[in-house]
Amino acid sequence: MNLSLLILLPIITAMAILFSNGLKQIRVIGLLGSIAQLGLASWLLKLYLNERAIGNTATYLFESNYPWFSALHINYHIGIDGISLAMILLTSLIVVAGILVSWTMDKLSKEYFFLLVLLSMGAYGFFISLDLFTLFFFLEVAVIPKFLLIGIWGSGNKQNSAMKLALMLMAGSALVFVGLMGIYYNTHTFDIVQITQIGISAGVQQFFFPFAFIGFGIFAALFPFHTWVPDGHASAPTAASMFLAGISMKLGGYGCLRIASLMPDAAHHYAWIIILLATIAIIYGAFATMMQTDLKYINAYSSISHCGFVILGIGMMNKTSINGAVIQMVSHGLMTALFFAAIGMIYSRTHTRMIAQLGGLLKAMPFISTVFVIAGLCSLGLPGFSGFVAEMTVFMGSWQNPNGVYRLATIISGASIVVTAVYILRATGKTIMGPISNEHALLGDATWNEKLAAVLLIAGIVIIGIAPFLLNALIGPGTDNIMLQVGKAITLK
Amino acid sequence: MMINNFFILLRQELVITAIIFILLFIKLGKDKSNESLLHIINVLLFVNLLIGFFPMLEGGLFNSMFATNKLVVLEKNILNFAFWIISLQSYAWLKTHKHVIEFYILLLSSLLGMFFLLSSDHLLMFYVGLEMSTIPLAAAANFDLTKRQSSEAALKLIISSAFSSSLLLLGISFLYGTTGTLILSDIGSHLSYNPLQIFAFILFISGFAFKISAVPFHLWTADVYEGAPIAVTAFLSVLSKSAVLFAFISILYKAFASLSSMWYLVLIVLSMATILIGNLFALRQENMKRFLAFSSIAQVGFILIGISGGSHQGSSSLIYFILIYVFSNLAAFGVLSLVSALTGKESIQDFKGFYKNNPTLSWVLTIALFSLAGVPPTAGFFGKLFLLMAGAAKGNYWIIAIAALNMVISFYYYLRVVKAIFMDENDQPIEKLSIPIYPKIAMFICIAGIILTGFLTVVYDYINSLSISL
Repeated sequence: MNLSLLILLPIITAMAILFSNGLKQIRVIGLLGSIAQLGLASWLLKLYLNERAIGNTATYLFESNYPWFSALHINYHIGIDGISLAMILLTSLIVVAGILVSWTMDKLSKEYFFLLVLLSMGAYGFFISLDLFTLFFFLEVAVIPKFLLIGIWGSGNKQNSAMKLALMLMAGSALVFVGLMGIYYNTHTFDIVQITQIGISAGVQQFFFPFAFIGFGIFAALFPFHTWVPDGHASAPTAASMFLAGISMKLGGYGCLRIASLMPDAAHHYAWIIILLATIAIIYGAFATMMQTDLKYINAYSSISHCGFVILGIGMMNKTSINGAVIQMVSHGLMTALFFAAIGMIYSRTHTRMIAQLGGLLKAMPFISTVFVIAGLCSLGLPGFSGFVAEMTVFMGSWQNPNGVYRLATIISGASIVVTAVYILRATGKTIMGPISNEHALLGDATWNEKLAAVLLIAGIVIIGIAPFLLNALIGPGTDNIMLQVGKAITLK
Repeated sequence: MMINNFFILLRQELVITAIIFILLFIKLGKDKSNESLLHIINVLLFVNLLIGFFPMLEGGLFNSMFATNKLVVLEKNILNFAFWIISLQSYAWLKTHKHVIEFYILLLSSLLGMFFLLSSDHLLMFYVGLEMSTIPLAAAANFDLTKRQSSEAALKLIISSAFSSSLLLLGISFLYGTTGTLILSDIGSHLSYNPLQIFAFILFISGFAFKISAVPFHLWTADVYEGAPIAVTAFLSVLSKSAVLFAFISILYKAFASLSSMWYLVLIVLSMATILIGNLFALRQENMKRFLAFSSIAQVGFILIGISGGSHQGSSSLIYFILIYVFSNLAAFGVLSLVSALTGKESIQDFKGFYKNNPTLSWVLTIALFSLAGVPPTAGFFGKLFLLMAGAAKGNYWIIAIAALNMVISFYYYLRVVKAIFMDENDQPIEKLSIPIYPKIAMFICIAGIILTGFLTVVYDYINSLSISL
């Protein structure tokens, strides 16, 4: 299958949206387009599994390579391994859910759906790129839609949040760019496959790794560059929050992972810093969440904490921990999207997100409340949901590292789960239990589109929670390959 | 044969001269309405643009004072194209102006000067071309006849350009004194790190820095840009700058190649100062023209980084960037000139809530600003990154890091305008403007250029195949 279809489909959808009129037409086109994306991603999964089943052990499947700026050795080189496929599936699922929850967006609906689709295009392009320039191109493509989505359709202090987010992400990509320049001028190629073969000398790695890693880290809410996350997520309209947390932060995590596998020496060299920052993010995020009174801020700060696990897993650099990091990315993407969807549903009915003003919603809207609880339970790591699997895997991987300090970091990070339990239980308890205010008592429950969105996301969470081996088998070869690079680096030492 | 060569090699210059004469004859005849005049002129300019695309010979004339090759023709075509676009865009403004013909004659003479500048292989021809391209502009800057600011702009322009020309001239005379030749391709072999030659070079580069408004020689830019009519501002910031940059890189790479380790340092210092100061001042501007003036100063800083790479890639990325800069800057100026001609509004505040009544113009302006900021998928992304890549070839990664972070600063002020257009509330936004057909065509071409140039790799490959190396 030609992977370019994954980019082409959103472009066609976006064009169709441009030439259609009225919310009814636009949203149907958006939904059809996103369902087609989901179908394409699932079909891709089937093809991928077939290939693996017949014994194709190539690192990247479905590769194609076209020269772009041949004088500068820039190619449009695409291909996927299990990790990128997991990300593509995650993206397509969230896009469908995001379009569904925006069903009644009547303010400038054409522009809104156009930007959502454009954002998804950037994400697909990013995940299939095997050329660092192409990867960088798609990384930046996804920034502008975020700015406009938050600034135009957001709530609260939306303009500042939009500006902050755009500038911080741009600073991130500027750092990534410097890192890429370093890689390019030391290997004379942007091609990930070739760079792995050529190898980068340890000194060069140590100079450029921080640029690239911090650059992607900003996208993934690496402490102390996480400050765009709370404001950006809280101000964004529901679907944009879902896209931000579910897709956009994953660009950062995925980028960090790729950079670590391209520069394994430096990743080892700086591992203690990465782990330190990740641990701080996990603990700080958890405690900061406890202080929040706005549901969206709660979810946003807890995202910092949860994304800390991704960075922690990458920093620990062993097979289990990296598996855990990838599972955590998928799981966090689904779970936060679900959480934001639920908050959006509540907000659109009650017009408040403050916990103090909510209560007893279970009586008025049982479906939404249930969704809310499921998202919460997944977030605190209840077995049976994906959050448990992901965090458990990261902990197991981290513990394998015999270094005492790393084990301490693991213990501290593990302790954050207790804090998570406190804030999640408090937030869900106050919101859905207890007496309900009179004005909220008559509000209706979820509509079909909201139900469908929630069911899709919950299905993902539960499947990973109950049968984690499926996802593990998918991403296994990918992490094996990363470990191969890491192994080479260690033996060289 | 000689005569044939004359007509073929000087083809583009002759066409422009012919247009100037046609305009003079029209002026002598009886008065025509502005609209029919503008139809004629725009068609003539389009023909002029097309003629440039016919295949042509390479060679020299007048004892090789005048030389042309494919690269020069390409550069002239870019300038021709930009001029045609500016002409289309100023339709709404010129329709009611009293001196349309004079306006075109002045700008065409300036364009002719640029052509001679680009084709010069001799420092005298170079100087004549440069002067010919600047002096008419001083008169053109004064073309908002009722505005005091406009004549102030003209005076500032003529004084500062006279000053910079005198620096250049002094540099040229020192060069002549120490090398004994004025032919550009010969100078290189006579250059050493002789102090007087270095001094001459510094004078030379200062003169250039004035013309491209690199910091610390930028002080005239903002006032002139603000005072001049928008069409002239666009001409100054796009055509003049591009022409001088084209000339700059060819002289630097051809004549001063042996001093490359020195001009490398000079360029790095100039570029850092230019980017930083340009960005910092652009942050605080309220007038759109001043804002674009300072943003274009910052753009020059990025261009200087690309040139400093001193490589084949450096010169091709410069030409590529300028092509994209023409598209993006002119798209922005197109919207401004339309709004200014129809409503007289030029401040960023006035653009608040612009999207409400003018979605098309808003998107044009937004896409243009994104391209100037260097955000994909617009072509500005590729242009700017290739410049930085060319600069990074020297291995000075900290410089590249500073430049890349400066892109973030510039991002802020471009987004500020986008924010005003889309997000800010305004009780009295600009009412719906009807776009005449000519500006519409111009904007369409610019936007198509912005979106497609990055993906049509032929463009870069073609430029790359013609570019010069050190």
